[in-house]
Amino acid sequence: MSTLLGIDYQTWWFMLIGAVFTGYIILDGFDLGAGALHLFFNKEQSRRIVLNAIGPVWDGNEVWIVIGGGALFAGFPEVYATMLSAFYVPFMLFLLGIIFRAISIEFRSKEPMLWWKRMWDICYTCSSALIAFLLGVILGNVIQGINIGPDHVFRGSFLEFLNPYAILMGVTTLALLMMHGAIYLVMKTEDRIYTKLTIMVKNTTIFFVIMILLTSFYTLLYLPRMADVIRRFPELFVIPVMMVLAIANITRQVAKHKFLYAFISSSVTISLLMVMVAMELYPNMLLSKISPANNLTVYNASSSDKTLGIMLLMAAIGVPMIVGYTTFVFMTFKGKVKLDEMSY
Amino acid sequence: MNVEILARIQFAFTIAFHYIYPPLSIGLGVIMTIMEGLYLKTGEKIYERMTRFYVRIFALIFGIGVATGIVMEFEFGTNWAVYSKYVGDVFGSALAAEGIFAFALESGFLGVLLFGWNKVKPWVHFLATLMVTLGSMFSAIWIVVANSWQQTPAGYHIVGTGMDARAQITDFWAMVFNPSSVQRVTHVWLGAFLSGAFLVLSISAYYLLKKRHLEFSRKSFKISLAVATVCSLLQLVAGHESAGVVAKYQPAKLAALEGHYDGSKPADMYLLGYVDQKHNTTHGIAIPGGLSFLVKGDFKQPLKGLNNFKPTDRPGAINFVFQTYHTMIAIGTFMILLTLYSCHLWWRGKLFDKRWLLYIFSFSVLLPQIANQVGWYSAEVGRQPWVVYGLLRTSDALSKAVTAGEIVFSLILFAWVYVILFVLFIYVLNKKIKHGPYDEENLDHSPRHIEMADSLS
Repeated sequence: MSTLLGIDYQTWWFMLIGAVFTGYIILDGFDLGAGALHLFFNKEQSRRIVLNAIGPVWDGNEVWIVIGGGALFAGFPEVYATMLSAFYVPFMLFLLGIIFRAISIEFRSKEPMLWWKRMWDICYTCSSALIAFLLGVILGNVIQGINIGPDHVFRGSFLEFLNPYAILMGVTTLALLMMHGAIYLVMKTEDRIYTKLTIMVKNTTIFFVIMILLTSFYTLLYLPRMADVIRRFPELFVIPVMMVLAIANITRQVAKHKFLYAFISSSVTISLLMVMVAMELYPNMLLSKISPANNLTVYNASSSDKTLGIMLLMAAIGVPMIVGYTTFVFMTFKGKVKLDEMSY
Repeated sequence: MNVEILARIQFAFTIAFHYIYPPLSIGLGVIMTIMEGLYLKTGEKIYERMTRFYVRIFALIFGIGVATGIVMEFEFGTNWAVYSKYVGDVFGSALAAEGIFAFALESGFLGVLLFGWNKVKPWVHFLATLMVTLGSMFSAIWIVVANSWQQTPAGYHIVGTGMDARAQITDFWAMVFNPSSVQRVTHVWLGAFLSGAFLVLSISAYYLLKKRHLEFSRKSFKISLAVATVCSLLQLVAGHESAGVVAKYQPAKLAALEGHYDGSKPADMYLLGYVDQKHNTTHGIAIPGGLSFLVKGDFKQPLKGLNNFKPTDRPGAINFVFQTYHTMIAIGTFMILLTLYSCHLWWRGKLFDKRWLLYIFSFSVLLPQIANQVGWYSAEVGRQPWVVYGLLRTSDALSKAVTAGEIVFSLILFAWVYVILFVLFIYVLNKKIKHGPYDEENLDHSPRHIEMADSLS
């Protein structure tokens, strides 16, 4: 088995794919959150400002799900195949959400009629909220495990993905991203809409805190194995502590009107949530409810060491490049949104 | 209907719809790069107006291309789980490379291309245009490499047996440069350049017919006519090379392309015809031994026919493969004649004098679009019954967990969404074209400016 810095390739890829999906939730997360909040703005001018706040960057942010999907396909084809065919219905709805969000942004500004704009506004909010909710639903199902048979084929029913825990997780994710999106928007706006957003940041933060508490109780009561690793290594308790501090820091920074720090804190919250899930799952990637012997792990579901090695090299070359020009794009459009004739 | 047919219909429908857009983005990207390059070089405002106008059209096309493209990436896993497991080690890495090296590049710089006009220097904006174009071309490389590996697998070995069999990479570069990838990437690129060039030709011809934006349209017309002429001639070479690879590595597909059954006889090259699959014969107007000549350099040499393959190892829809392939060739030939004749008129200084020619050009955007579509149909249906040529059958590649009901559900969903999407696309595209370039003279027509005026009052 090949290793890099004493860690085997499979584990590297588990961490890398986790990092890519975390990057997706942080970056596209604020687009989705902003989309979900879109209908809460009543004036045409406000709606255009919040839409154009994500205008130049949302497409670049969406790339992370494409890279994540490609990396999962290449690194862990068994997981990719089993997961997508098992979650057939939610993934199809997710793809529809992705299509409708893209075309809502694109088509909304193309006609001046009121009904046209209202139609795309509703479409935009619903698809953004749907994507955020489904991301949580899928995460919830991954945490709970699904019915995987000994041949690594899904044996459950197609509506199994809708269960109380997954729905709870879906709503929590929606709340998290709405908060995250509101904080992003408050950085990009000024005047009346800014004042309105500061209130929205507070409300969405409260919504998120309530949801994360409910989810945590549910997890600890019904899925106690999700705390096994922390029980075994008590020093890791520092991670949930840090997460609580990060959430507390969001409200603190918002009160001080330091929204960039608040945004960083909510990004840290997302990262720590993902770290906790990854830590408790590892080395499993998909749990089987039928028998632990059927679990898909980083070892029994991965590609060959050769492929993982080639892809590590690709990531080492490609990711710094992506980070470089993504930073350039974000720097180009930094500051408050100003509408001009090229805007959506 | 069984799951296999439904899953194939779904994949074919979603990929065919998706493929309307990427060739247009690639081709339009190239044209935009030339236009903006001319602007940087000459400093003439008209080239900036051109670039700005086509960037707006590009944005629309690109947006739908991305949205429908993400569907493709996940459809491998949802509908073709066994295939995904089988090829993940090989195919997956090409797909991942596409994400990392190509898609991120184009989507990242897209923001600057669309919204950066007043925020960055002109040369930085040009760089963004170039990067978006290069990104879309790199995308094509990796996707076509992945598909070419399915046509002519190389650089792999098979581990495990039965349900556990997997293809694994042994030599990454042999996989990337598998026997058909260079030829097929070139063929696809040229097809894409033609798509973009003919889109601009169509729009310009339309304006010229309507006597609007005359100088603007004449200049754009000439730029894209030059690109279209070069590419349609090169496409002849690239297409021939591509067919050469098929002849060498996929004899059953080649036989299906020309409806050649009897392996003891030389193969004809049809200009028109149809394949009678019941009686295993092909009728039509043909150059006797033409295919044998192209492949072996001799009109008399016999060529392997469909009868040399068991019925289970032949493509199912031979007439379909035959017709789509010949449609592609016919359109390719027509594009060569059309562009050469136009260049002749250009040389004589009479390019814009013939209205009937402009009329043909205003509809010519359909030519490369149809050729691209039918070309892929014949390539992919001709590969059947294999999903990975000679290794994995399409019927074995399906997801075991997915039922016919689920596929029908998603197929209906995608069908109506895509129909709506296409109608909206045509509507908005038409509106943008009717509106024309956004500039000083044209300013008050912009819906945005009406709106801005409203919000001020």
